[in-house]
Amino acid sequence: MLDQKLQKSPYGTFIEHCKQGDLAFQVCTDDNTPVYFPRVIAPVSGSPNLEWRVSKGLGTVHATTVVHAKDTPPYNVALIDVDEGFRMMSRVEEIDPMNVKIGMRVKVRMYPGDEKQPPYPVFVPAEGAK
Amino acid sequence: MKGLKRGATAIVGIAESDLHAVAPNMSPIDLMAQATRRALDDCGLKLSDIDGIFAATTQARSPTLYLREYLGIVPRYADNTMIGGSSFESHVAHAHAAIQNGLCDVALITYGSTQRTLSRAASSPREFNPYESVYKPFMPTTGYALAASRHMHQYGTTREQLAEVAVSARKWALMNPRAWEKEPLTVEQVLNARMVSYPFTVRDCCLVSDGGGALIMVSAERAKSMKTKPAYVLGCGEYLSHNSISNMADLTVSGAAHSGPQAFQMAGLKPSDVQAVELYDAFTINPILFLEDLGFCPKGEGGRFVSNGNIAPGGKLAVNTNGGGLSYCHPGMYGIFLLTEAVRQLRGERGEAQIPNCNVALAHGNGGVLSSQVTVILGSDATV
Repeated sequence: MLDQKLQKSPYGTFIEHCKQGDLAFQVCTDDNTPVYFPRVIAPVSGSPNLEWRVSKGLGTVHATTVVHAKDTPPYNVALIDVDEGFRMMSRVEEIDPMNVKIGMRVKVRMYPGDEKQPPYPVFVPAEGAK
Repeated sequence: MKGLKRGATAIVGIAESDLHAVAPNMSPIDLMAQATRRALDDCGLKLSDIDGIFAATTQARSPTLYLREYLGIVPRYADNTMIGGSSFESHVAHAHAAIQNGLCDVALITYGSTQRTLSRAASSPREFNPYESVYKPFMPTTGYALAASRHMHQYGTTREQLAEVAVSARKWALMNPRAWEKEPLTVEQVLNARMVSYPFTVRDCCLVSDGGGALIMVSAERAKSMKTKPAYVLGCGEYLSHNSISNMADLTVSGAAHSGPQAFQMAGLKPSDVQAVELYDAFTINPILFLEDLGFCPKGEGGRFVSNGNIAPGGKLAVNTNGGGLSYCHPGMYGIFLLTEAVRQLRGERGEAQIPNCNVALAHGNGGVLSSQVTVILGSDATV
């Protein structure tokens, strides 16, 4: 398989999943390690045996900040520890950005795209989600 | 670093270019050339003596080519290593290796930036990362703010403690005639300044300056015949941990936890042997992390360590004695200025801000979003 030309990029496959409303990641089937961001080969081992999976979409806020930019209200940027064992940047919506707290449970929601920007995963509070 | 010999080389010439807000239409290479000539004059060497060129800037992909052309030097050895603000500490380690192995004899390490004139966005365009850029992090500030949020959560570090870093830097800057900031600063002023990326206000963030610098390095043997006091390279350590902040394994432990021990081991020294500590303070969380990771205080204690004026003039540990990137100068990649200050402290040239009997100085560079960490330990002739 390493000799074959790739028909889709890792990011291309990720976007296809986003368009279906799914947060996708990879698992290296050699040792079941989750891999995110998506890659062509697994880090450290170099294995090409990466399989796509769809996350259940639940996670926990690992780190959080509120960006104050010109011409826009303050907004959240967070790192989310997704339950399947990988960390990603995102933002938590539907809540005052200053009230996004480390340890808060959150659930993924696909932010709709447009002609320029494909849909991408954001999170909303998921109180009570184990 | 393994394979490098303690004290085999020395920094003999140092200089800044014009700083802060330079003449209109200066190029980063103009600033490199100006600093180069000043650093050569400092040590008494000629342009034609340089046979190794080490350079980095965000405004030229291949600064060694620009310098070969501009200066008319044909380098025997050239290195464009670009790992962000710590590139120049990395260049010192690489130049040490090159000189030790005879690949060059006189190494020039140089930097130039006109980011204040051009704007940060124009001088250092952000690279697009499809897994991060869509969330509009204000980089690099947001990356460090995320790390700070973890440190505050895990160790109870407070915004007041972060502000203490900026206040101490300002006190040192007021003792540095070259520093941009000339007015005192209080914790309240830091806290009440314009918010950028919580918990950082604009006063928790480094300056946006123009500027450049140059260092001249030679073998320890050749250093003895220079007109300046050599600053011997005793130890170097280099560690690359990630590129994007979402891929930093532990946001509260930087690669300084690797680069520091490497450098101390090579130098045969420990943190308590260091008299002047120059840490890359792009944001106020940085010195807190680096003091912990380099072993000056236990993990999690950084916030308390920097409080009560402990790193200010007259405090327990002399940190960022030039005023740092927070109050002296920060043209996008600050690393070279850590080294110029460390050398000045070892030479005894720092006047009011001089650390008495300074024989060991540490310069710790940081690049990207806590991505690259490079530690250089320098010593006076009493240490070799």
